[in-house]
Amino acid sequence: MADVKKIATRDSYGAALVELGQEHEDVIVFDADLAGSTKSGVFKKAFPNRHFNCGIAEGNMMAVAAGAAAMGLVPFASSFVMFAAGRAFEQVRNSIGYPHLNVKICASHGGLSVGEDGASHQCCEDFALMRSIPGMVVMCPADDVEARAMVKAAYEYQGPVYIRLGRSAVPVFHKEEGYTFQIGKGEALTQGSDVAVIATGLMVERALAAGEALAKEGISARVINMATIKPLDEELVLKAARECGRIVTCEEHSVIGGLGEAVCALLSKVCPTPVSRVGVEDVFGCSGPADQVLELYGLTADHIAREARALCGK
Amino acid sequence: MTASEKKELMTAACRVRMDIIRAVHAAKSGHPGGSLSAADLFTYLYQRELRVDPANPKWADRDRFVLSKGHTAPGLYAVLAERGFFPVEELETLRHIGSDLQGHPNMNETPGVDMSTGSLGQGISAACGMALSAKYLGKDCRVYALLGDGEIQEGEVWEAFMFAHHYQLDNLCAVIDNNGLQIDGNIADVMSPYPIPDKLRAFGWAVAEIDGHDFDQMETAFAQAKATKGVPFAIVMKTVKGKGVSFMENQAGWHGKAPNDQEYETAMAELRARLAEVEAM
Repeated sequence: MADVKKIATRDSYGAALVELGQEHEDVIVFDADLAGSTKSGVFKKAFPNRHFNCGIAEGNMMAVAAGAAAMGLVPFASSFVMFAAGRAFEQVRNSIGYPHLNVKICASHGGLSVGEDGASHQCCEDFALMRSIPGMVVMCPADDVEARAMVKAAYEYQGPVYIRLGRSAVPVFHKEEGYTFQIGKGEALTQGSDVAVIATGLMVERALAAGEALAKEGISARVINMATIKPLDEELVLKAARECGRIVTCEEHSVIGGLGEAVCALLSKVCPTPVSRVGVEDVFGCSGPADQVLELYGLTADHIAREARALCGK
Repeated sequence: MTASEKKELMTAACRVRMDIIRAVHAAKSGHPGGSLSAADLFTYLYQRELRVDPANPKWADRDRFVLSKGHTAPGLYAVLAERGFFPVEELETLRHIGSDLQGHPNMNETPGVDMSTGSLGQGISAACGMALSAKYLGKDCRVYALLGDGEIQEGEVWEAFMFAHHYQLDNLCAVIDNNGLQIDGNIADVMSPYPIPDKLRAFGWAVAEIDGHDFDQMETAFAQAKATKGVPFAIVMKTVKGKGVSFMENQAGWHGKAPNDQEYETAMAELRARLAEVEAM
């Protein structure tokens, strides 16, 4: 995939925000001194009077955004994942989630791919935290095309939304033409019947690579991109479980509380199915180049393929 | 304000205090102390200050009130009922299953409640967001927030104070109910926030210091708030926690406790006597 275009989903966010800003006067944006990194700064450049820096005060920012939503605006609030979902959790829970206010939390630098900054900034708990809030939509795009469509879908949706964006550039595998995005709908990227690999975010591309490797060994893998973690596309998961009988989940997130557990929670009740969860194994990350850190923690195509083989008894 | 206007406020405040005690007694839980210390403020705001319409509680151009010290919901509910947002009888459903009157304010359930609060420190931030948005939308409505003096121990409050000054939110008025007591005792002993007005001034706010049981002083301070341009306005009001019920006054123990039947009768008798006294003025 050497000549495939690579774009970080945070860049897609900045671009989509500007488009939304052009179309909708009610879009305003908050950031907490990270506008250059979250890419909300791109919006600031286009609409300086609609971008409000809150300084390094994420808790205040989330409740300020709640107040803006209560006035009928559609605020986007950005920071790093660690601070948006972590530090400001209680403001998100009480001031945005409980009143079900129309705030779009778009947080960048999620997961281990933050790289060099190390464990203090590599938040792998945000899906768990945000999933636990009633009524919160939780999403994570896999590439640029999906990310831009997702940000626009978040605007159209009435209610609180959390989107996790990535720091590192990731391959663009969706075709722009004819592409549509729907909140709560996953997509089967390949057809297969031996094992289903359900992935989100930057793990989708790795799942596709694993699928290709498995195909060469005669294992037919169905690779599913699950961009919406909550509400989960239950129909797609159940279909995969019934038709493939084995599932591997892949996420740049703790194995606790994320996509893997959401899939298991559904299957354990409706359609018990063996599941292997590829994710961060209840440990903190460390400093290093993003790809090397991901490899160190097993978030690779090789590891996904290994788990799939094991499930298939090979 | 004329003598008859003041008398009207005083009688309304008596009824609000009686409704607070009635609701908390019926709930067998709740926060009478801080509701009573702010009862005069609640009354003044909803009778004289806020541009609201009980028949149209979601009116887009209304003034907003955020009860940042959300645990004193009984005071807010009492004054909303007094103003006609919902029937006074509903107050006795406070904190009961199925009631619109949750233990802490819920904007989606109670007519007239502009923001869900209860977790201290967050309401003032939301009020900042409202004031900023009102300016962005070109609305001339004003935003009011009521904070507890213990509440300002929360760091988020100072983040919000910084924000309000930075964005020149002169359509925002924060009132701090300085009754001097919090759950664990005297605020000066638990974690002193003093000197409150000096700290607010250092954060760039214009500040008025008043007696929170004096309607004339409230009138002056709120007029001053409206006339102040370019900076947010704070009213630091000295109050008596539990004001109006002798055995609750200045007692931290009445922060979050309901009166039993006997205490209820005593409290109501005192408040009825006070009401008769005011009406006879």
